[in-house]
Amino acid sequence: MSTKPAPAAKAVPVPTPVTKPYWEATQAGELRIPRCTDCGNHFMYPRPRCPHCGSANLTWVKTAGRGTLYSYVINHMAAPGWEGEVPYVIAVVKLNEGPRMLSNLVGIPADPAALTLDMPLEVVFEPRGNVMLPLFKPAAAA
Amino acid sequence: MNRMKIAIAGAAETDLGALPHLSELDLRADAAYRALADAGLTIADVDGITSATESPIDVAHYLGVTPSWYDGTSVGGCSFLVHVRHAAAAIRAGLCTTVLVLHGESGRSQVGRPPRVRPASSMLGQFELPYGAFAPPNMFTLPVMRYLKDTGTTHEQLAEVVVAQSHWAAGNPRASRNKLLTVQDVMASPLIAYPFHKLECCVVTDGGGALVITSADRARNLRNANRPVYLLGSGEACDSPMVSLMDDMTSSKGFKRASKQAFEESGIKHADVDHLMIYDAFAHLPLYGLEDLGFVGRGEAGAFIQAGHTRPGGKLPLNTNGGGILYTHTGMYGMFAILEAVRQLRGEAYKQVDGVKTSVVQGVGGMFTAAATLVLSNQEP
Repeated sequence: MSTKPAPAAKAVPVPTPVTKPYWEATQAGELRIPRCTDCGNHFMYPRPRCPHCGSANLTWVKTAGRGTLYSYVINHMAAPGWEGEVPYVIAVVKLNEGPRMLSNLVGIPADPAALTLDMPLEVVFEPRGNVMLPLFKPAAAA
Repeated sequence: MNRMKIAIAGAAETDLGALPHLSELDLRADAAYRALADAGLTIADVDGITSATESPIDVAHYLGVTPSWYDGTSVGGCSFLVHVRHAAAAIRAGLCTTVLVLHGESGRSQVGRPPRVRPASSMLGQFELPYGAFAPPNMFTLPVMRYLKDTGTTHEQLAEVVVAQSHWAAGNPRASRNKLLTVQDVMASPLIAYPFHKLECCVVTDGGGALVITSADRARNLRNANRPVYLLGSGEACDSPMVSLMDDMTSSKGFKRASKQAFEESGIKHADVDHLMIYDAFAHLPLYGLEDLGFVGRGEAGAFIQAGHTRPGGKLPLNTNGGGILYTHTGMYGMFAILEAVRQLRGEAYKQVDGVKTSVVQGVGGMFTAAATLVLSNQEP
């Protein structure tokens, strides 16, 4: 008799002290990222000091939750836990505040004909393990 | 700067393909013995050793070597180019005289291969892996849609990279994919991560290779004295550990910085380059490389390859073993790019380019995370 290994679950992020405010914000339905109060740059991922100027004067800023589709792949090779969902879109989103971040697109076909670079996107949140993960969908008309 | 001349006195490649009878450590040892035999040396002559992913001390002890210098820099596929650069510095500093730069990897059979650990609390684990991006085919490829749009490069030109390399790999029994390919063949292969088809992604193999690095003075008294390969210059650089956060997704900061260092150190100009290797885990890398190393202008690489300039008989022979996409790719390909450059400079390549004097090898590690460049020549500097 054969025993199949339990199906793998999708990867769940584990927050660290510096990233904790990011994940606390997503839990509250907000996308917050650090901004340097000295040089004015927003940045991703969270760090203890500004990677642009080295300043420790940082604030957590609530973003508009909007961005554009910067680049993407339509992935046909399932990651662990994604077996039933191929193909799926892995997208690089450029936030209106400046930084890029990786995400998935939802609410849109995984089809190049539907995926136009620079199309406007807005954030949605999906539970993953014990965190809320920011994903993006096509933005509603402003 | 100490300008002691440095040479590759020995070079060898193991069998390639599916080698389930050899562990990763065995592949490294096999490569080491072959390269030492090629140099006319034994383990008793080795006083420096390098290895990536696994500790250089593990392989040193396996071989029975007690090195006075070692380097375990492990930054992905270009680690071996970095090792050559570091070995040259160590030899010039008098820390050692004879360095084994080792590679062996059971990428296909996964025998004796340590698991790759990517903690869920790492920045990668928090900000990339949760999105189903988990392997090079769906991570390294992420910048390409942006590159195609911003440069006007076409999907067919991406496929042409593979077609051009198939003219080098065709017929070579050591190449994993050794058939002549057309754009239609490439575009008809299964989608792996759009816009990438299977034939635009590297093969996955077992294999290894090794180099013996020493001073040119010492190499002159060794077995390969009549076919020397000199290190004229080198460079190393880095970009983001996460591909979504590289400085510019349409250009590699690492390629630009590492190659600039190597060109400046060696004093060569682009017109001096007879042969070029650009690490091609995926089909876009030669496009980035040609542009970022300055061989063509921004957005011109696709048309340059399409025009046949990098094929046999072209003005800039590129990836003349067929590359990681067609020849072999164990996971970390850089050693095989160096070994093809050595074969071309020695005049013993499967598809030999006439009159090669200077070869440039451009490596990458991670997903554009690390980069290294070597300038090699058969002419004494």
